[in-house]
Amino acid sequence: MRPISYSRVADVGTAVGTVTADPASAFLAGGTTQVDLLRIYVEQPRRLVDINDLPLRDIEELPNRGLRIGALARMNEVAEHPSVIDRSPLVSQALLLGASPQLRNMASIGGNLLQRTRCTYFRDVSTACNKRTPGTGCAAMDGVNRGHAVLGTSDQCIATHPSDLAVALVALDADVIAEGQRGRRSIPVHEFFLPPEDTPDIEHPLDHGELIVDVEVPPAPDGSTSLYLKVRDRESYEFALASVAVALRVEGGMVVEVRLALGGVATVPWRARRAERMLTGQPATTENFAAAAREELAPAVARGMNGFKIELACRTIVRALETVAPDGAR
Amino acid sequence: MRSNTQASARVETPDTAVVRGPGDVEVWLSVNGAAHRLAIEPRVSLLDALRDRLELTGTKKGCNQGACGACTVWVDGERVLSCLTLAIACERREVRTIEGLADGQTLHPMQAAFIARDAFQCGYCTPGQIMSAVALLKEGHAKDDSDIREWMSGNLCRCAAYPHIRSAIRDVRDGKTGD
Amino acid sequence: MSPAIGGTLARLDGRAKVSGSARYSGEVPIPHLAHAVLIGAPVANARITAVDATEAEQSAGVLAVLTHLNLPKVAMQPSLLPSLAGLAAPGHTFFPMQDDTVHYAGQHVAVVVADTLERAEHAATLVRIDYDTTPPVTLLEEIKDQAYEPQKIFGGLLPGRQVRGDIEAGLRDAEVRVEAMYEFAANHHNPIEPSTTTAAWDEVGRLTLYDGIQGPTSTQLTAAAFLGVPPAQIRVVSNYVGGSFGSKAMVWPHATLAAMAARHVGRPVRLALNREQMFTSCGHREQQRQHLTLGARADGKLVAVRHHKLSLTSHFDDWAEPSLQSPAIIYDYPNYEGIYRLGRGNINTPTFTRAPGEATGMFAMESAMDELAERIGVDPVELRLRNCSDTDPATGDPWSSSGLRECLERGAELFGWAGRDPRPRQRREGNWLIGTGMATAAYPHAQPVNPQRARARIYSDGSVIVEAGVSEFGTGISTAMTLVAADGLGVTVDQVRFAGGNTDMPNITAAVGSAGAGAASAAVHLSVTALREQLIGMAVADEQSPLHGADPAAVVVEGGRMALRDRPDAGETYSAMLQRKLVPDVEAIGNWIPPAQDVGHGMHTFGAQFAEVGVDAELGLIRVRRMVGVFAPGRVLNRRTAHSQLMGGMLWGLGQTLLEATRMDARSGRWANASLADYLVPVNADSPDVVVDTVEVHENVVNPLGVKGVGEIGVVGVAAAIGNAVYHATGYRARSLPIALDDILSQAS
Repeated sequence: MRPISYSRVADVGTAVGTVTADPASAFLAGGTTQVDLLRIYVEQPRRLVDINDLPLRDIEELPNRGLRIGALARMNEVAEHPSVIDRSPLVSQALLLGASPQLRNMASIGGNLLQRTRCTYFRDVSTACNKRTPGTGCAAMDGVNRGHAVLGTSDQCIATHPSDLAVALVALDADVIAEGQRGRRSIPVHEFFLPPEDTPDIEHPLDHGELIVDVEVPPAPDGSTSLYLKVRDRESYEFALASVAVALRVEGGMVVEVRLALGGVATVPWRARRAERMLTGQPATTENFAAAAREELAPAVARGMNGFKIELACRTIVRALETVAPDGAR
Repeated sequence: MRSNTQASARVETPDTAVVRGPGDVEVWLSVNGAAHRLAIEPRVSLLDALRDRLELTGTKKGCNQGACGACTVWVDGERVLSCLTLAIACERREVRTIEGLADGQTLHPMQAAFIARDAFQCGYCTPGQIMSAVALLKEGHAKDDSDIREWMSGNLCRCAAYPHIRSAIRDVRDGKTGD
Repeated sequence: MSPAIGGTLARLDGRAKVSGSARYSGEVPIPHLAHAVLIGAPVANARITAVDATEAEQSAGVLAVLTHLNLPKVAMQPSLLPSLAGLAAPGHTFFPMQDDTVHYAGQHVAVVVADTLERAEHAATLVRIDYDTTPPVTLLEEIKDQAYEPQKIFGGLLPGRQVRGDIEAGLRDAEVRVEAMYEFAANHHNPIEPSTTTAAWDEVGRLTLYDGIQGPTSTQLTAAAFLGVPPAQIRVVSNYVGGSFGSKAMVWPHATLAAMAARHVGRPVRLALNREQMFTSCGHREQQRQHLTLGARADGKLVAVRHHKLSLTSHFDDWAEPSLQSPAIIYDYPNYEGIYRLGRGNINTPTFTRAPGEATGMFAMESAMDELAERIGVDPVELRLRNCSDTDPATGDPWSSSGLRECLERGAELFGWAGRDPRPRQRREGNWLIGTGMATAAYPHAQPVNPQRARARIYSDGSVIVEAGVSEFGTGISTAMTLVAADGLGVTVDQVRFAGGNTDMPNITAAVGSAGAGAASAAVHLSVTALREQLIGMAVADEQSPLHGADPAAVVVEGGRMALRDRPDAGETYSAMLQRKLVPDVEAIGNWIPPAQDVGHGMHTFGAQFAEVGVDAELGLIRVRRMVGVFAPGRVLNRRTAHSQLMGGMLWGLGQTLLEATRMDARSGRWANASLADYLVPVNADSPDVVVDTVEVHENVVNPLGVKGVGEIGVVGVAAAIGNAVYHATGYRARSLPIALDDILSQAS
């Protein structure tokens, strides 16, 4: 790790002002991404501004049956908070299926959304990576890419977005609340995660020094049943090969409303809008689930070793929908 | 081929925070109830501060990147990974390590149960396992075996003593004192 | 009488390990310690064209930057010989930083020494090294056409080809043939403690190395050879080792580099590999391919086996793990051909990885046996029983002990095998297809070739210290040796302290190939029985002893008290005698000379593995629900630790079967997943409860106590048992390890 200096701040204004003023600085929250990437020279701030004393850890119930989650609340405390379990079990499940208990005690909600990809080439400063060092190329494209994305890729980058939480938030149309020099703003979560396109190094719309302060999570659709289903080689402590966040409301055998998002297979937390459109108003049958899944994955692009993810994502979608459909599979 | 972070071009916004480092700074750490004054660089991890500066080598370094759990300690009572924690960020917090678990000469019941159940072989992951296991009970994550399996999965044991680790945790949960 | 051996004594180092006071090799407090960091080449096939260490040397706290330009040349290159030989045991026939050639990615090209670890690590990123690169060769696929048949493999210990009978005729005449190709990903040991050496020279040029190693003497002799320093001037301390699994079985260059760095900067130096370096600095299980053909009669009796293996090795060494040993002899058949072929690539020399050879070879053999069983409609356990051999089929010699039949039968009973419906895809629980499978386990019994020594000393208060230079890397050796010493001397366990872990002690060869407990117990047993004879001799010669004039052979000892077998009231304690005679202590050396190669017996350890899996075929998931392993490892010294080691071995097998693969990026010649986040090993949630049992066999050939060891046998056969269970669950026959989710997805749903 290169030499770094350290500051600790106690209020949001100072935090934002400090980091905004110093382009070589970065926020330090849980540290699970920041310290990790500092150590391998992928992130190279010269100064860390410790924001753990900021009063951003509250979890509040909102009048719309939604939740406001402080950006510095830790993954475990959010996952096990009674209001979250009650109002947003999807968020709770997604959080608990991520990382490990120790990491979940450390990692903040804001940091979770800003975590960087686990692409091994991104993490290896001796290899080409457009996300880490724009213009150098993408070693993953023809490399060992079993874990890489099949949706939302570009010819610049196929790195998978690693967050489970973000997948649930995308399904629920959450908002990211950020505060910067220009004041406070609310960013719909589906606009927060930027696909790589020609600028894979730009992953979100935040300015340098702009700080996530809250995440607002609307309730799942009335009468819906939700599930976060994560598929991986190992039973625990592994990033998703494919995951699905689903909230489904079925009445009289017909899909009235469905929210569907995918993790582990895309460059961003992937809202499956094509599948949602195709399912809405249709009978909740396995056949329709499968057709919708295929429709969603139709634009998928496989490269080398990750072709299996297309089929895996389809089957994970079907399984998730079957699990939450009132009569199971039909 | 490092990414470029250009040195600062100052802007007229308040940067009022005190800057410490990057050289050695004075850091006070409270570890196992004792206060320690260290002169360390801000980049020093809690793990390396414990092992290399305080000679508290019970906390182990397995991967140094949050993938094995050998470095598990408690900060303010929560189990965390000391490899991804900066020592300087632990000022005003209480750090507890494996060396601070026993009550004098009397082992913590979890330590005794690990011996009784032969819940380790080489012993290198063991302090981390035990710090996790004690925390697990306090957290209420030992209701049944599947609960224990999941909530102990942040601690790799390459000797694969996992079934015995579960036995030890069950014993302590159920108030049994080993064999 | 052996009241202690075979008991269940808790680990005597347990308290140190659970309290954090056990000091591993990078944890010994040493004043003025400096920290060395290795730089590995980021390219696999290159020449170094320029080194610029200026910025690094000027970086805060830096004491030295060593490269091939300024590192002293090594005094000599010892040949690669498995550490079981007891000699210098370099992991490869190569020492880095002697010239400008890069043979494999990760090869050490520089060492940076600084006053703190942080400063050394950062300075290491400031050393600029330019390379002239050539495309590397790193895959089996790339070398298969240039592969050659080596004369010998495994450090020259094993022939490259073994035959008996007439393989062509045997296969031609077989009524049933099963032929298949098996593929194996490379594996890495990944002990949780990365290899670490701390080196300290004293003012008169003596060197102390704190090293995590399976045998301290191997580090001592290897470092002595490289450094050109007499072994007598080198002391190696290895009190605790944080796992090895073969990664610390041989002596890799970092140990010597630590000593060179310490000499260069005039301060003690600690050199710890980081996790990524553990993938390139201490060997691995090589990527390999095995082609197996079984020929059998219609009733399942094997008549011929052809087993060919292709391995990827380094530029310097003919290394293949010996996968063909057990399949050649576990069953009784007359015609056999086993051939190793090797190809050289830009890769480090592979090395022992737990259950070296048999972990892969027996996957092939026992998967094929399962196919044969299905083909001829015979129960898989019954098929094995029909083929069990009472003699070593390679020589016709009787087994020193076997127990295979008992293991198969006992395992089947514990598992509830009887009545199994052999048809695949018959059991379903929700989304899970359930299947069961089994396999034979076998591992050759290895012996050290040189004398094994221990020293036993009794003090006049009756307390006993026994010493032998073993390493404690999780096997429970010190606890087991305490039991051996207590029984041999006729004292209670709490009277004995066993100490190992450094080269000042009597020499014991590195504990590899499951030979550690046998070798150490032999030496310890001989030392305490020699001591006991001395003590009894003193008593019967002493006019004041109640045993005066007795026949020494008529004296028994229990609880530290010598007495006549027929007249227990006539006797006295060791302690009483020594105190009366004003003797402070008595000491004896045990010196076990292992039997020569040809002992007139086949020496092999056997067992049986059973597994039940659930397969969610739609999602590609395989989860092992339960495992039963029954083994015949000869004398079990400490049931508690032996069972733990067997259990750990079985779960190692689970990892090998379902998760573990190091993937090569063939373009760069670098491992693409060199971390514990990306190289998956089982976590707690992957590990089912495991039933372990042992069957007793009469074993008096291998060593004085009949100990065959338990380190490897637990792993062997697990992959086949799980693979066969996956077949039973799904109808998909996996012939590639690990069995990936991707394969199940495409093949088994």
